[in-house]
Amino acid sequence: MKGWLVRVWETDPRRDPNAAAYLALAIGAIAFPVFVSVFTGNPTFWLSVAGDAGVYMLLALGLNVVVGFAGLLDLGYAAFFAIGAYTYAFIASEHGVVTPLHAAIHVPFWIVLLVALFVAASFGLLLGAPTLRLRGDYLAIVTLGFGEIVPRVFKNASTWTSGVNGVSALDTPELPLWVKGPWSGDAFALVPGFKIVDPLAYYVIMGLLLVVCVILVRNLYNSRIGRAWMAVREDEVAAAAMGVNTVGVKLLAFAIGAAFSGFAGTYYGAKLSLVSPENFGFSVSITVLIMVVLGGMGNIPGVMLGSLLIYGVIFLVLPGLPDFTVGFVKAVGLGGLAQSSGDYPGIGEFASRLKFLIFGLILVLTMLLRPQGLLPSRERAQELTKGTHEDTVIEDVTAAVDA
Amino acid sequence: MSAVGAAIQRRRSQLRSGLTGRILDVALGVVVLGFLLLLAVRVYEHGLSYFVQILAFAISNGAITALIAIGYTMVYGIIELINFAHGDVFTFGSFLSASLIPLFGLSEGMEWGPLTIVPVLGVFIVTMLVAAVLNVSIERIAYRPLRHAPRLAPLITAIGMSFFLEGALFLWKGPSNVHYPDVLPRVGFEVLGAFIGAKEMTVVLTAAVLVVALALFTDRSRLGKAMRATAQDRDAAQLMGIDINRTIAATFFIGAVLAGAGGTMFGLYFNTTVFDLGFSAGLVAFTAAVFGGIGNIYGAAVGGMILGMIRSLWDGYFDSAWTDVVIFAILIMVLVFRPTGLFGMRVPEK
Repeated sequence: MKGWLVRVWETDPRRDPNAAAYLALAIGAIAFPVFVSVFTGNPTFWLSVAGDAGVYMLLALGLNVVVGFAGLLDLGYAAFFAIGAYTYAFIASEHGVVTPLHAAIHVPFWIVLLVALFVAASFGLLLGAPTLRLRGDYLAIVTLGFGEIVPRVFKNASTWTSGVNGVSALDTPELPLWVKGPWSGDAFALVPGFKIVDPLAYYVIMGLLLVVCVILVRNLYNSRIGRAWMAVREDEVAAAAMGVNTVGVKLLAFAIGAAFSGFAGTYYGAKLSLVSPENFGFSVSITVLIMVVLGGMGNIPGVMLGSLLIYGVIFLVLPGLPDFTVGFVKAVGLGGLAQSSGDYPGIGEFASRLKFLIFGLILVLTMLLRPQGLLPSRERAQELTKGTHEDTVIEDVTAAVDA
Repeated sequence: MSAVGAAIQRRRSQLRSGLTGRILDVALGVVVLGFLLLLAVRVYEHGLSYFVQILAFAISNGAITALIAIGYTMVYGIIELINFAHGDVFTFGSFLSASLIPLFGLSEGMEWGPLTIVPVLGVFIVTMLVAAVLNVSIERIAYRPLRHAPRLAPLITAIGMSFFLEGALFLWKGPSNVHYPDVLPRVGFEVLGAFIGAKEMTVVLTAAVLVVALALFTDRSRLGKAMRATAQDRDAAQLMGIDINRTIAATFFIGAVLAGAGGTMFGLYFNTTVFDLGFSAGLVAFTAAVFGGIGNIYGAAVGGMILGMIRSLWDGYFDSAWTDVVIFAILIMVLVFRPTGLFGMRVPEK
């Protein structure tokens, strides 16, 4: 930790885009609550949004281990997210009463974080063990299938999960002891069993979770396992020949990725106090995958920035588009466009119908312009500029002939 | 491929053919037999005419799924890309043909003469061609520039294209179900108390003709040969003087021709369509392509037929809420037990 700090201090952030990105993220995370409470009228809303964005960032970090480090394509990542969230719903709410179990279980949030981590990781192992022996693309398809199955099972097995209604009124996270003081507008007092409801508190929890996860992932990446992942990603046969236990290493990546979404699921369930099968569809898996690829696969700050950007586009810009266009045409003096008439639904409705199309366009354009992602890892960037492995082989052959 | 790779390959094939392989095959067989037994009990309970009716429905559904699956498998076989936009090209086919039907002078409940077949064929052909042009442009715009990019980049553009097409279809006909004109004549004959109509026959005949034509094309024509060569080894094919870009474009063209026909058939058969139809239809068709061994055209046709039938049979005899779970469970089991699919293509390790 100390060595890392010194290194960050000594490297010029202008030369290392990653250091600059970490710095920007850290400053942004600290400045954000101050900024929203000073400049916007509704800080609780923005802090809550930031917490949700953090969930996606956590998911993207986890998927980055699977896709970016180990090179395994996972198209059903939301399944593990769902498993994490439902774990919290089952063991931290009154819901147990209405299941055939007839007893409610209340496990504290902090412990469920770990439980969900292990549950999600075990499902990852369970799915990965028989399928990771397959070629890469088949794994993508298996995970796709798994991602489709899990939400449907939660939806259909209604005696256990209340079906489409989902499980609501999940436990609020609690601190065993908390100090009240002038900072919260009270007199000094020790509060036992302090319930966490303030969005700022959720924001801080998410911040801490992210810091822990980033440190974990960074260390993993720089460890022997991280190098093994990269070796498997680049050339599985060569890695096996070098003595890397390819199946074991891949399985580990898969389980660790799943564990992260267990984390994210627990936090998500606790913050929303509701889990419903509709929230874990294919679109979630795809969104997280887009965050990873667009941010720059394999590069942690890139993935974090990518997740923030995509989250902003999907959950803030696109839903805000109709209101914005209506406001815009009214401001320009074409207010008549906002009214619907006959087949024409009015500009606001029209803009909301454009959402899909615009998002698709953004995806295609960013990938065409920057196929390596916004902030790629150094290895990836080099691969791209120097051509792929196969190309080099062909070039070598012609070179030999020319000579 | 190095000697090490060859050794690993050999070890894997030993695993597949040895004791483990036999146990896995037996386990798969037991599962399949169990399902068939359960189905037989249900079929017996519901009577024969219901079964024949469901079967006719299942075969039509299977034929449509097969046509979509072929497009997935061809594209995957040649550039190893899961073309997520393919399902939406299928939806596009159903939307376009719905709009074309009145233009070609067809309407619901019209008189059918021997010449009425001409405008129907016209609708089919125009839809197929426009869908093909659309798919080729998608390839040109979104996939070709990324052919040497990291493998996930074209996957993301495929997803983006899928969103884009869905958005465009949404703009075109709105968010709700769209009625598709019911133009086929209501003639048919009775088999064992079940009604087999012109709809079923149209769907099955069209699909059969298209699949046979495709099989002849890939087996006999020069372009078909080029496609197979490119799928096997792109670099070697290029060294042999095959125009890779043209061949890949042709693959997308043919895939979309089938998807366009599938969309038209879906509309004519079910008389409804919706802007995000292609999403679930695409997933099932892709499952079918994997089921038959991805890259294998005959496999996709048979796999599509089987999966479409399983879907309809499950809908008819069991709880339809679990249909998709069953479909995807089959997918996972096939990949675990028989990773190369039912009629697996020999996939080169890369």
